[in-house]
Amino acid sequence: MSEKNYLTTDYTLRSWLLTTDHKRIAILYFASLIFFFFIGGAAATAIRIELATPQADLVSSDIYNRLFTMHGIIMVWFFLIPSIPNTLGNFMVPLMIGARDLAFPRLNLMSWYIFMLGGCTALFAILAGGIDTGWTFYTPFSSLYSNSYVIVAAAGVFIAGFSSILTGLNFIVTIHRLRAPGLTWYRLPLFLWSLYATSVILVLATPVLAITLLLMATERFFGVGIFDPRIGGDPLLFQHLFWFYSHPAVYIMILPGMGVINELISCFSRKPVFGYKFVAWASLAIAGVGFLVWGHHMFVSGQSLIASLVFSFTSFIVAVPSAIKVFNWTATLHKGSLRFDAPMLYALAFIGLFTIGGLTGLFLACLAFDVHATDTYFVVAHFHYIMVGGMVTAYFGGLHYWWPKITGRLYSEYWARTAAILIFFGFNLTFFPQFILGAEGMPRRYHVYPPEFQVWNVLSSGGAVILAVAYLMPLVYLGYSAFFGARAPANPWNAPGLEWQTSSPPPEENFATQPVVTREPYQYNEAFEAEPQNA
Amino acid sequence: MWRDWIPFWRPGLSPQSGDVDLLFAGLLIASALVLGLLFFLLILFCVRYRAGNEIDRGHRTSKSWHWEVSWTAASFVCFLGLFVWGASVYFEMYKTPTDELVVFVVAKQWMWKTQHAGGQSEIDALHLPVKRPVRLVMASQDVIHSFFIPALRLKHDVVPGRYQDIEIEIDRPGHYHLFCAEYCGTEHSGMIGEIVAMDPADYSHWLTQQAPASPLADEGGALFRQLGCSGCHGNGSQVRAPPLEGLYGKPVPLSDGSTVIADDKYIRDSILLPRSQIVASYQPLMPSFEGKVTEDQLLRLVVYIKSLAGRPS
Repeated sequence: MSEKNYLTTDYTLRSWLLTTDHKRIAILYFASLIFFFFIGGAAATAIRIELATPQADLVSSDIYNRLFTMHGIIMVWFFLIPSIPNTLGNFMVPLMIGARDLAFPRLNLMSWYIFMLGGCTALFAILAGGIDTGWTFYTPFSSLYSNSYVIVAAAGVFIAGFSSILTGLNFIVTIHRLRAPGLTWYRLPLFLWSLYATSVILVLATPVLAITLLLMATERFFGVGIFDPRIGGDPLLFQHLFWFYSHPAVYIMILPGMGVINELISCFSRKPVFGYKFVAWASLAIAGVGFLVWGHHMFVSGQSLIASLVFSFTSFIVAVPSAIKVFNWTATLHKGSLRFDAPMLYALAFIGLFTIGGLTGLFLACLAFDVHATDTYFVVAHFHYIMVGGMVTAYFGGLHYWWPKITGRLYSEYWARTAAILIFFGFNLTFFPQFILGAEGMPRRYHVYPPEFQVWNVLSSGGAVILAVAYLMPLVYLGYSAFFGARAPANPWNAPGLEWQTSSPPPEENFATQPVVTREPYQYNEAFEAEPQNA
Repeated sequence: MWRDWIPFWRPGLSPQSGDVDLLFAGLLIASALVLGLLFFLLILFCVRYRAGNEIDRGHRTSKSWHWEVSWTAASFVCFLGLFVWGASVYFEMYKTPTDELVVFVVAKQWMWKTQHAGGQSEIDALHLPVKRPVRLVMASQDVIHSFFIPALRLKHDVVPGRYQDIEIEIDRPGHYHLFCAEYCGTEHSGMIGEIVAMDPADYSHWLTQQAPASPLADEGGALFRQLGCSGCHGNGSQVRAPPLEGLYGKPVPLSDGSTVIADDKYIRDSILLPRSQIVASYQPLMPSFEGKVTEDQLLRLVVYIKSLAGRPS
């Protein structure tokens, strides 16, 4: 390694903290997100251990409520939403479009600082005594009744929102303006289509969250009647505003994961993604229709029955593009040449788990069943299948896939496959029993519960311990690889994407010469396979 | 009975819950078919097309509109069917309740307080006769709660500042869980109660056994005088206020030209926010009782005013 790469240009702390290199900023995000992931994960583990018995034995109700609130806030805003876009996206977007950097490198660095300011504010709220409103901040509980650090935590989320908006803006402009010559929209890797759709939601939905939290803070601080009926407000107004952001936010969390899966499935089947245009437009369809489904969180809230009818219908509609993607991924495998490296194991796990999560989403979109299942463990299981089984699995898959490019090192394939399989089993053991608990009627956010629910809770808690260990494993073998792993070639997977045409790790300027794109993406055909790679 | 076949599932105990169970079974079967097909294909492809396997990979299916349109249309049609099915049962569950037997439910951190029309009140429990539709009128004293009886597959949020009413009916005598399903603070998981469904004879017996304070309407009447309502609305008052006798259930013309039916919600709103709906040809004189009466007192006042329905003004 005689040439300098982005990691070796400068070793000072200052060079990291003041960098405008998208690759280094991605690493900054990556380090921050690992930190938040393990805080949120620790809270989850504590919750599951507490729930192993029906009584309260580990923590008091007050602490329990603070634990699940912290788990939710940290995982949603400080891990899932920034996870793939701000790490893999930040690193890969310029590389995949053949650009030197994002359109606004300084804005990119600023968005990390804003994110950290938000994250530290939220951490301060937790350390100062915690917050017990649930991540949804439902009023009037949050605005008047809760005796905890609501304002501080909400401020953290509010601040982090600006980081989301700036990242979304940066990606949109970059993908519009900085594509390499010849890289038309339909030659873009599908990962970029899904990041583009994600960015549109980030820019359009996040301001509504900011407004909602400001209104809640106004009521809490100044007693202005907005959401509390005793002073003339309407509690359901909060839910409408909150879910107008937070349902699209679900798609912020899953779309990048879907994008990663396209790259993995096609690379390890040695085939182009089946139905490229349908998959590409499905991402934008999800982003668009996703704005029209928020009322499905309120089927039992007393909103008008007609409103429920409309929201149920749109919720079924938004499932169609997701179904299209699953069918196309499966068709991509047909007559491929399948290799089961660790990233592919994650991709296959994603398809299975995401489909279970998606199908149970239809259960909940179905009005009459939702009346029974909403606010029970059925919902908890459903969204963990999407968020953890889907998004986190895709994140790990993408991380392993691009790891050689990011670090310039190879990891232990044996340990990577072992961890992937262990995560899959631990995950299912943790969350599948929760579907049964929910169908039997166990409400969520219950610290103590009737004893007949114990069997499934014990299984779930056992799974959570396995899952916690499995999530720690990559920290060890990837950590080892980052410093002691074998050097990676420029293109270890023989993939045709632009990001593989520069060295691993890439030089600071990404490409020595401006790449020019002359073909469709995912050209895993005979001509390509015959080309000498890593020459 | 098919409902006993769903694993880990105890059949619902009301006429509507049977429909929900059937819907659940339908969803399970549809999902099992989709998942079965998907997993079959995934495993088949993974085995057949694994890298080392020498197998014909020629004649790949080309990306044609036919495949895309077919599976998009198939998904859409299935989803549409499930949507219509779910919606029709939902409308049946949340239909406007009949007014035969009314029980009032007041939710507060962290208890359920139930009140029978005869004045019997319970905490975290509700005794009901079987096979008889009961209308529950629910209000919250503080934050949002949610009234959830898993055995009936029925749930409704109890949002402060408004009345919610649902109809419940239980087929079989027994003891069933009542949960608060909407997170409401520290003791949320302790806000659980028991629904006791009894044969009608046992229920009547139970009602007489309880020491009723006094019928709710009488208590409401006492409050009506105590809070000074009778000073304006009573007979022979000097102030010109709308008469309340014979009011309940009748249309009321408002000063803005519209008309409302005087139901529980209207009466409640008129006590708390009297200026929002002014009766035509009356002056907006009445003070607001927002914050001056509890939900318990409010529902007594409503029951009292309701009891005046039969009297001529």
